[in-house]
Amino acid sequence: MTPSNIKYRIGKSRGFQVLTITLAFACVIPLLAILGFIIEAGITKINWHFLVNVPKPVGETGGGIANALLGTLIIILVAALIAIPIGILCGVYLSENKKSRLAYWSRLCVDILQGVPSIVVGIVAYFWLVKPLGGFSALSGSVALAIMMLPIVIRSTEETLKLLPDTLKEAAFALGMPFHRVILKVIIPCGISGILSGVMLSIARVAGETAPLLFTAFGNPYLSANLTKPMQSLPLLIFNYATSPYNDWHDLAWGASLILLVFVLMLNIFTKLITRKWKVQL
Amino acid sequence: MDTSSMDKDLITLSNASLGVISPVKTADSLKIRQRLRRSYRQIKTENVFRRVLVLMGWVMVVLVLGILFTLVLESVPSIRALGAGYLWGKTWDPVQDVYGAYPFLLGTLLTSFLALIISIPFSIAVAIFLGEYYPEGWLPNLLKNTVELIAAVPSVIYGFWGLAVLVPIVRGWETKLGVQPVGVGILSSSLILAVMIIPYAASLGRSMIQMVPSPLKEAAYSLGATRWEVIRSVIIPYTKSGLFAGILLSLGRALGETMAVTMVIGNTSIIPKNIFSPGNTMASVIANEFTEADKPVYLSALIELGLVLFLVTVVINMIGKRVISRFTNE
Amino acid sequence: MKKKSLNFRALLSAGALFLAIGFSACNGGGTSGESKSDSTKSASDDNALIGAGSSFDNPLFSKMFSEYNKLNGLKVNYQSVGSGAGISQLTNKTVDFGASDAPMNGKQDSAVSAPVLHIPVTAGAVVLSYNLAEVKDTLKLTPSVLADIFLGKITKWNDAKIAAINKGVKLPDVAILIAHRSDGSGTSNIFTTYLSKVSEEWSSKVGKGSSVNWPVGLGGKGNEGVAGLIKQTPGAIGYIELAYAIQNNMAYAQIQNKAGRFITPSIASVTAAANITIPADSKVSLTNTDAADGYPISGFSWVLIYKEQKYGDRNQDRATKLLKLLSWVIHDGQQFSGALNYAPLSPAAVTTGDAILKSATFDGKPILQ
Repeated sequence: MTPSNIKYRIGKSRGFQVLTITLAFACVIPLLAILGFIIEAGITKINWHFLVNVPKPVGETGGGIANALLGTLIIILVAALIAIPIGILCGVYLSENKKSRLAYWSRLCVDILQGVPSIVVGIVAYFWLVKPLGGFSALSGSVALAIMMLPIVIRSTEETLKLLPDTLKEAAFALGMPFHRVILKVIIPCGISGILSGVMLSIARVAGETAPLLFTAFGNPYLSANLTKPMQSLPLLIFNYATSPYNDWHDLAWGASLILLVFVLMLNIFTKLITRKWKVQL
Repeated sequence: MDTSSMDKDLITLSNASLGVISPVKTADSLKIRQRLRRSYRQIKTENVFRRVLVLMGWVMVVLVLGILFTLVLESVPSIRALGAGYLWGKTWDPVQDVYGAYPFLLGTLLTSFLALIISIPFSIAVAIFLGEYYPEGWLPNLLKNTVELIAAVPSVIYGFWGLAVLVPIVRGWETKLGVQPVGVGILSSSLILAVMIIPYAASLGRSMIQMVPSPLKEAAYSLGATRWEVIRSVIIPYTKSGLFAGILLSLGRALGETMAVTMVIGNTSIIPKNIFSPGNTMASVIANEFTEADKPVYLSALIELGLVLFLVTVVINMIGKRVISRFTNE
Repeated sequence: MKKKSLNFRALLSAGALFLAIGFSACNGGGTSGESKSDSTKSASDDNALIGAGSSFDNPLFSKMFSEYNKLNGLKVNYQSVGSGAGISQLTNKTVDFGASDAPMNGKQDSAVSAPVLHIPVTAGAVVLSYNLAEVKDTLKLTPSVLADIFLGKITKWNDAKIAAINKGVKLPDVAILIAHRSDGSGTSNIFTTYLSKVSEEWSSKVGKGSSVNWPVGLGGKGNEGVAGLIKQTPGAIGYIELAYAIQNNMAYAQIQNKAGRFITPSIASVTAAANITIPADSKVSLTNTDAADGYPISGFSWVLIYKEQKYGDRNQDRATKLLKLLSWVIHDGQQFSGALNYAPLSPAAVTTGDAILKSATFDGKPILQ
């Protein structure tokens, strides 16, 4: 081998390294651009009145998004109350029964559910809940979102519990604890950080969903906390007001976009801090 | 304290069941009966709990079958009216009741694969950077977290940004190339999609690359290989199937993406001629026309489109997961 | 193990606290909402109506219903989901009323279980907006030229046919780019109905409907999308609602009407177009109007309700509230139209609307006297 050949090879290696680093950091640019853009457009719109008032009709200034904030909070809370118990128990089932036939199919279905486009979930929720019950309701929106949360909760629960050493469970059984106590008092508490981060990720994911709510939660210009009635939510408000011709409504949409974006990113960052603190692998 | 009392329960239980005859006083026998009852209750709860777990396993199966069933049921009118030709029909004309899904199939495939091609260099670069070059340290950590945040931004916000920032840039390119300067179209939506799907392939690729056994790499280094040669001849071949799975998962995500694409693709039901033409994807057609579908066959044709989309994404995701599980089991 | 369970307990209690705060917040919201409606009349459930449909009506309705709420506390929740969706929601009986920019057609009529009343509530114009920075004068267009442009037969702005009707205007040598709605919409329905009336070729090749197979052009989602396309693309022309064009300071063309005059779209010219003989069911298209001062591309927007209001678990109270609301909308509510660039109903339309509202019944008996 000639020295020039070696130099060439080293040069090529260096070149590739530089290329990799450049490309890797180029990925960050779009995210920063989006953040900058939304912050610039939204920050001036947000003040106290914006947070505590309901939207005003066109031509009146000083409207706010209180109805959407409350609505998003309630819809997500109810969705979480539906999805978390089912999701965790299903995750426990999958991790406890690795080989059974039902577990195989169930796991397959979780994978399928994860890939279902959100608009399809919206259509299905409409046919399942809204049409038979004869009206739009926040509850049907929560169910649609819960369907989208389930796969993430189940997956994170299953993956976390798989990592726990078997000796933990065996020790508990050896002490004579019945199965349900072993699961509820030993296994789940030990994996709680992984489960919790899965739950938060799932909330962050559904918080920005518009399509499943269009034909379920429906929206509402008034402040409402009644689960059986239509309710407004942030993504719906952004979607509706961003496509209107009026500047007052555009302002509401920009401010709401910023709040939604910050909320979702905070949830994600918070999740990462949790996983770092408890050293969970997801 | 519970466990110790339970131990006694078990002992008395075994004694009782073995029929050991011992002179017990009435007070003691009452206690034993109480304990027996309690342990029966424990067993009962345990059985209920097990049953609940199995039920939860069933819930998922029922949920997915239910979704499939609902979609099929609602698309029956369109299947009956249009038959199999639906998929290959080249016109979509709700006024004349002519529905052909071909322009949307093509649009979906074009945007997804173009997005994939654009995003692969970036996602692989991130994977190699984090998996091989700099697995530790604050800067790589920051990059890793930032890339993961890309997946967290709601898609409606991507669409907003694409329309306001990306589309004018693309229009500038088109003016320079002499194509009709429209801006919105296949290319713009592919670019947005490319950004959105980077994290999926990148994070999977990173964990795959970290799983490459270090003896393999060390052997190559000791033979005098450069970093690049190790990456090309050891790491890439070893993680090939894992990287492929990551790309498949990205593809699955790109196929189903709705809001962002709808906002920048131009939304015409004409078959796209090149990557600058406006088009439509399956998801964007549903989002655009679902609310205004005023005839049963029209609505049902849109739902059938949803069914096709559902099946395609399911198949792609299935293959991806299968490849991953085979890779990690090896 | 001990430490872990301690952590777990801390987490649990934190979670419980979070939930408690969340619920108390909900309850707080709920009670405050109820107390408001308590002070006005009855429980919140009974004092709310739900409507859905046309996105065109949404800004006007938001203003009208907010004013009506101030008057007597009735909460009307109107959501702009699109005219077609408004009709299907009414068909599925998930709403109290639907709103649509296109009257129900034969197929839709056969899908509903009971007769539906159409009440005209406002009228709007569809304007042809264009992006030609060089042209300072307002362009004039005749129906046949307009049809040729949208059929893709005229492809340049300096085409002889356009030049012939715009004498003295210097037209640039720029390709025409068509922008149309990608989503189905009442706006498209009004525009394509007009083109079908004035052009034989359009009627046979494309036809009318809320979503048609456009021969050429780009689709934008919603009025906003089309307006965006026009604003961003030099040489573009597209159809949008008058309110959007005015709010966004966009240029729009004068259109020649049936009487041969070039009319600028405005609230006055739309009201003029609507001042024609209206049939008893009010299902009439205002496009290509006979009125001499009328703008030819305009149309009514209707609220749709069931003629027989007793269905499902509806009570008389709810039906009365709905009818009273609609009666207010076509009378007092009209004062809010002008400020939002909607055309108020013509006297003829109000009279027809009144007659239709009086024909609504509850259990066979008329509701409004």
